[in-house]
Amino acid sequence: MRDASPAKTYALHIGVIALLFALNFVLPDYHQGLFARIMALAVFAMGYNLLFGYVGLLSLGHAMFFSAGLYGAGLTVYHLGWGVPEAFIAGVACGALLALIVGLLALRTAGVAFMIVTMMFAQVFYLLILYFATWTGGDQGLVIQQASRVFSIGGTSFDLTDPTVRYMSALALFAIVLLVTLAVVRSRFGRVLVAIRENEERTKMLGYDTVANKLAAVVASGAICAASGAAYALLFGYVGSNFASIQYSILPLLWVLLGGAAATLGPLIGTLFMYYVTDITSGFTSAYLLIVGVALILLVLFAPKGIMGSIRERWLRWLT
Amino acid sequence: MADKNGFFDLSKTTLSRRTALKGIAVGAGLALAPGFVRYSQAQSSAPIKIGFQSHRTGIGAAYGRWYEKTSAAAVKAINDAGGISGRKVELVIEDDGTDPARGAEVVNKFAKQHKTDIAFGTLFSHVVIGSAPAAGENKIPYFVVSEGHHVASTKLNRYVFQPGITDVKSQIQSMAPWIAANAGKKVTQIFPDFAFGYDHRDYLPPALKAQGADVIAQIAIPPTESSFTKYFPQIPAETEVIYHVMVGPAVLTFVKELGEFYGSNRPQLFGFMDSLEATDINSPGLEFLDGSHFWEGSPRYAQADDSAAQKAYRAAVGIDDNGAAVGDPKDVSTASHMFGCWETLYVVKKAMEDAGYKGPEDRAKLVEATEALKEFAEGPEHPQGPKTFNGKIHQCFGIQNISKVEGGKLKVVHKTKIEDGLYEPEGDYTKQAL
Repeated sequence: MRDASPAKTYALHIGVIALLFALNFVLPDYHQGLFARIMALAVFAMGYNLLFGYVGLLSLGHAMFFSAGLYGAGLTVYHLGWGVPEAFIAGVACGALLALIVGLLALRTAGVAFMIVTMMFAQVFYLLILYFATWTGGDQGLVIQQASRVFSIGGTSFDLTDPTVRYMSALALFAIVLLVTLAVVRSRFGRVLVAIRENEERTKMLGYDTVANKLAAVVASGAICAASGAAYALLFGYVGSNFASIQYSILPLLWVLLGGAAATLGPLIGTLFMYYVTDITSGFTSAYLLIVGVALILLVLFAPKGIMGSIRERWLRWLT
Repeated sequence: MADKNGFFDLSKTTLSRRTALKGIAVGAGLALAPGFVRYSQAQSSAPIKIGFQSHRTGIGAAYGRWYEKTSAAAVKAINDAGGISGRKVELVIEDDGTDPARGAEVVNKFAKQHKTDIAFGTLFSHVVIGSAPAAGENKIPYFVVSEGHHVASTKLNRYVFQPGITDVKSQIQSMAPWIAANAGKKVTQIFPDFAFGYDHRDYLPPALKAQGADVIAQIAIPPTESSFTKYFPQIPAETEVIYHVMVGPAVLTFVKELGEFYGSNRPQLFGFMDSLEATDINSPGLEFLDGSHFWEGSPRYAQADDSAAQKAYRAAVGIDDNGAAVGDPKDVSTASHMFGCWETLYVVKKAMEDAGYKGPEDRAKLVEATEALKEFAEGPEHPQGPKTFNGKIHQCFGIQNISKVEGGKLKVVHKTKIEDGLYEPEGDYTKQAL
């Protein structure tokens, strides 16, 4: 590995969390809300990055894990009247279980076949949501009412529709996942994952069970993406099949590529960048997706390792 | 502060009764002076900002373009006539990409960044449902033109209204008496296998049953399908009416293949204009529809008995007698739905004036004033026809048109009554806190 400077790395990550915390108090209302959404979705990108950036497994089906969390949390609140914490746990559990099943089957393939198999599973998941429209609301989706998005811990009530509570909840999730992924990629397990990415055969010869390690990574990745989906349902009150479509499998890939694969802060930077490019350019032209596309092409040409990847290459070589 | 002569020394100033009276007179004069009046007006005559959530890109783009045209025309007409409570109206347009997540962001942007008075104009159901929580949280009234049943289902929240277009449940119910009496009693439904199709699947059978007719088969076609011939043998031979609501680019193939399947000996066909909005009825492959019937919200083609209000509306929006853009016959409008933008903006005007609306602090009053509305008379503000409004479910009810395809045009052959589309309310938004 590179120059091991855990103190610097942890300081940088905690600094980013502290900055995001401080931003809550200075951002204008609209941007405060936008940042909450970006942080929730950056968790999705971080889950994706764990598999794509560190294990080198390119999935085109991660929308199913995000939406497993989205529906796992949303439907338990909507139909069973569960509270916010239980629903969140249900969402994460749904994603982890789905990832275990999909991982067991999809990891029998590799490379392009893995992409196709994950995409097919995601398509099945998407069509199941449409098929069971009576419960899922189909393509129209469901609204989680404001009253269902309030919970209390130790006598203190939290209303997730309140902008500050929402921002802080998204930040808490983001911070936990960021530090956990940082710890994971710096751990023995993380190094094995990188070894698999670099040379799976050699890793196998060294005595590691690569399939078990990859499966563990798929489950961890799926659970993190599901946590993002569950948080999205509870924070923003909408559950819809759109989030299970192929678009939401490609988006985390773009966010990660933009921000920098195999860089723990890359997903946040990528999500932030894409959201703001879209938000700002859509105010000027309806061809904003063209601008997003051009930005992506420029980045691939001039910073193929993404924003954080390039920063690491040039200046912060100690970054994880 | 004081100079040598004590000129500015307030301690030496004495206030005589005469000076005091002079002062009051000057103050009153100033207050009444034209300059001051202009100033106080300027405070309250800032334009009313309406956040228009437009489907400029994504699958709703064809609708979005015409919704924008219609809304711009309505705003011009309202402004030319003095605006709302004497204030000009200004549209602030944001593209939602026909995406529910972006839609919610757009509503947040209206409420927090643009600080618009209301949000308005959404068509696609999933965007409405995805944006509704943001409207409720920001407490910004959200007037949609969607025709979905979601508003009337009372599953959204108190800030969402649909006062300018009827909902699909009401539309389907209104069609049943005419179908049973004129087209046939044995109906086979063909619909896309997603929510839009499910509305028709669920609401038509009971409505037909009440008229002594039956749905004898329901054929759901997956949204990914591009060829339909294999489904047609499922249509029972005794079918008297095929009720079809296919949407999207596959419609042309669907109609063409249905024509090839039946030839000249076909059952009656009844469809919803949603299938062919923004599509020329004379497109190659659609010849098979000749003689068939369609639901239309507002007629695409100018009719012989069009009211003066309807004519004025068409001229203002810029559509010719064939329902295409003036000067571009290929640019076919979404006439069955877009009138809802025009009418909704006039409802907003009426509700704001009733509420004495001054600014965002009066949004709750605006909600209550809208809920208090009962009827909209046919006229320049409501050119599609008269409507009633149910404030408990935030939904209007109106007349529907049934049109026949004749000689490459759609001719209205029947207009339903408002009562045909009424149903029992499923809830009551007014019980929710503001």
